[in-house]
Amino acid sequence: MNLQGLLNVGVEGLAYGMLLFLISIGLSITLGLMRFINLAHGAFAMCGGYLMVVLMNDAHLSFFSSLVAVFLATGAIGLVLERTLIKRLYGKSELQHVLFSIGLAFVASAIATILFGPQQQAIGLPGWMSSPVDFPGMRTTGYRLFILAAGVIALSLLYALFHKTLFGARVRAAVDSQDTASSIGIPVSRLFALTFGLGAAFAGLGGALAISLLGLDPSFPLKYLVIMLMVVAMGGSASILGAFSAALFLGTADALFKYYIPEVGSFVIYALLVLTLIFLPKGLAGRRS
Amino acid sequence: MSVNAIETHELTLRFGQFTAVDGVSLSVREGARHAIIGPNGAGKSSLVAALTGALPATSGQVRVHGTDVTRLSQTQRVHAGLARTFQINQLFTGLSVVDNIRLALFERDRTSRIFWRSAEAQSATTEEALSLLGLVQMESLADTPISSLAYGQRRLVEIAIALAVRPRVLILDEPAAGVPSTQSQLIFERISALPQDVTLIFIEHDMSLVFRFAERISVLVSGQILTEGTPDEIRSDALVRRVYLGH
Amino acid sequence: MNRLKGDIRLALALVLAIAGACYVLFPGYLGLMTTICIVAMFALSYDLLQGYAGILSLGHAIFFGLGAYTVAILGTHGVTEPLLTLAAAMVVAGVVAGVLAPVVVIGNDFNRLLVTLGFGFLFYEAANKAGSWTGGADGLSSFTVSPIAGLFEFDFEGKTAFFYSVAGLVLTYFIVWRITTSPFGSALRGLRENTLRMYAIGAPVTRHRAVAYVMSGAIAGMAGAMLAQTSNFVSLDMLGFGRSADVFIMTALGGTGSIPGVVFGAAAFTWIKDALSSISPKYWELGVGIILMLSVFVLPDGVAGLAKTMRRWRAGRCPSTRSKPTN
Repeated sequence: MNLQGLLNVGVEGLAYGMLLFLISIGLSITLGLMRFINLAHGAFAMCGGYLMVVLMNDAHLSFFSSLVAVFLATGAIGLVLERTLIKRLYGKSELQHVLFSIGLAFVASAIATILFGPQQQAIGLPGWMSSPVDFPGMRTTGYRLFILAAGVIALSLLYALFHKTLFGARVRAAVDSQDTASSIGIPVSRLFALTFGLGAAFAGLGGALAISLLGLDPSFPLKYLVIMLMVVAMGGSASILGAFSAALFLGTADALFKYYIPEVGSFVIYALLVLTLIFLPKGLAGRRS
Repeated sequence: MSVNAIETHELTLRFGQFTAVDGVSLSVREGARHAIIGPNGAGKSSLVAALTGALPATSGQVRVHGTDVTRLSQTQRVHAGLARTFQINQLFTGLSVVDNIRLALFERDRTSRIFWRSAEAQSATTEEALSLLGLVQMESLADTPISSLAYGQRRLVEIAIALAVRPRVLILDEPAAGVPSTQSQLIFERISALPQDVTLIFIEHDMSLVFRFAERISVLVSGQILTEGTPDEIRSDALVRRVYLGH
Repeated sequence: MNRLKGDIRLALALVLAIAGACYVLFPGYLGLMTTICIVAMFALSYDLLQGYAGILSLGHAIFFGLGAYTVAILGTHGVTEPLLTLAAAMVVAGVVAGVLAPVVVIGNDFNRLLVTLGFGFLFYEAANKAGSWTGGADGLSSFTVSPIAGLFEFDFEGKTAFFYSVAGLVLTYFIVWRITTSPFGSALRGLRENTLRMYAIGAPVTRHRAVAYVMSGAIAGMAGAMLAQTSNFVSLDMLGFGRSADVFIMTALGGTGSIPGVVFGAAAFTWIKDALSSISPKYWELGVGIILMLSVFVLPDGVAGLAKTMRRWRAGRCPSTRSKPTN
């Protein structure tokens, strides 16, 4: 085990963690705010990924314009979904939520297979992203640095949004107590729609960025379901910093173990899951999930 | 000197910065009909939670018939003789009236571990369930599903379930809450007709019921016991009047 | 309650009659019907957990797969008497359930969902990696299964397998019925209806849940063992998320908490899946997904709860279920 190898894997893990954060933050907020368990949340990431593929490969848009388009489009899809279907599910039992979201996940995966086939998708990254970047002691690519930067920017934006704006204050109030919030005039219903859409948008962005790191195929939502839920469980629902820390921790841990102890690499993640749930039932941020 | 049915010593329950129950020292004689009153937010529900073990106390002690139950869980306190009813009905709505009681009896006798025999066949349990329903005069409705009952009737089933665990101390959390006033008298009449070997503590808002059915009253304000006494003493206490009526 | 007894006997007679009719009318489909019986057994085991104890698990296939692999692994080492390996499978599944139970029963509903999901993937990965034992992604088919009790050999037409699985279904039906009508069954019902109340009457909630989990695991193991014995093949998908999700879906669609409903749901689901997914798996997935999404609004209590749902429609209210107080 040399230092360079360790740093390289570390950066991989951090990048992975950033993507996890982008993808999972919507799920975390949805769970905390609407108490809606959405096992299909990964489908937004997948949707963002496929949209990115279509925009870049078929419409020949540039990488960055595609990213922006994906963010907005997935967000819009999320918003529409919430207003038409999801809002009818609040207050239903957990069983119903799980049943519905499994159905949604199936539908999303089936549509992806029908439209794009089961194979992996790929996009062409801008030249500077594919070229190696050297740091003292390690080497990475511009692409990974971009992901890291994107993650940090997203964190700052989201944190500022939720902790420094009126919108954020309203969301936090509604998370604490929906009834009280609506009784003081907070438009809870509209808040739900916007946050759901925002969560979907970030997931789509994460999915689009993930294509060249994690791959993209119709099984994406299922493959990453457990780790997404772990980010939420460990980070505590509706906690930006919690989700961020959990995502980075899980991403790095997963990368390190898979690289250094490949035989048991996949287990570690699940062992971590069990340990977390036993010892930290309220997650890192300590909020009720 | 007889041992108190239930007593607390400096019982305190804190949620972070907020102190819901502040050093409450209470003692209730065996067989008493003791009321706890207080304005909204006084901490009555928190006190019940701390007494029953639904929430662990921050500090202080609770003793039931001389036994220190402070470290015991809610389930363990039930088996030590402490039961409660809920302010909002907590019944098994999908089951019939008698099934609700039978469930409680199975747990009390620990026959709930039996999975190889029919529940129906436990005839002794069924008989006891019916006689418990008789105590609150609901035995004629034994086979009715809970969903068909009127609210006041459900309150009575709520009480019967609590009685099923054979408590020595029964805490009734606003037993007449949500019940139309025509029926609340009835509920209290059936409560006071309960056997003397069960100590009753009731949280109640309706002053007419309190003054009529309680032997002793404790007044809780901001988590602390303001004063305690007989109905006459409380009625004429200037401090209590000021807290409740503002003058 | 006598009405219920009649209900059970009637439903059981119906099941046997249908089985007999199928045997006579569709002799070429015995393999499918054997699978249906086994899946129904699995669904009943799951319903005990979810419909009665109120524990939502998305990893129940662990026990099904464990049962299957126990039979296969014992078979490759010379232990081939089916009744013996069946019993062994139940024991293995039950013991593993006992080990996992403390983690599963503690915590709130969301944590439980996540833990069961996680365990499911964990066992799948473990089985995948332990190729020397499990045959990995290829599965195992090299084990032998002796004649049942030395008398009934598994024939190529699948007749023995069919009767064996029908017997298994009847047995499971009876076991689950007995459990749910016992005092323990009442306690489980109470847990599902109002967990808060259960604490307040002194019920050992975690202990009840753990016992239900072990029972349910053992029965699932029995079902898995039967699948291995009748098809002479085990593979990773017997442990996988797909199977856990399927059993979750068929129980919900059939009507959780209703024994006949669950059997019907399992039978219908398996039959339709067999018919459609071989034609086009992706359209099958699409169809199931849409039905699931719709069912939450249209058929919240499953097929068995159809009567209840229709009553609600007629009463002019929306056929929705409100969330129960959980935890």
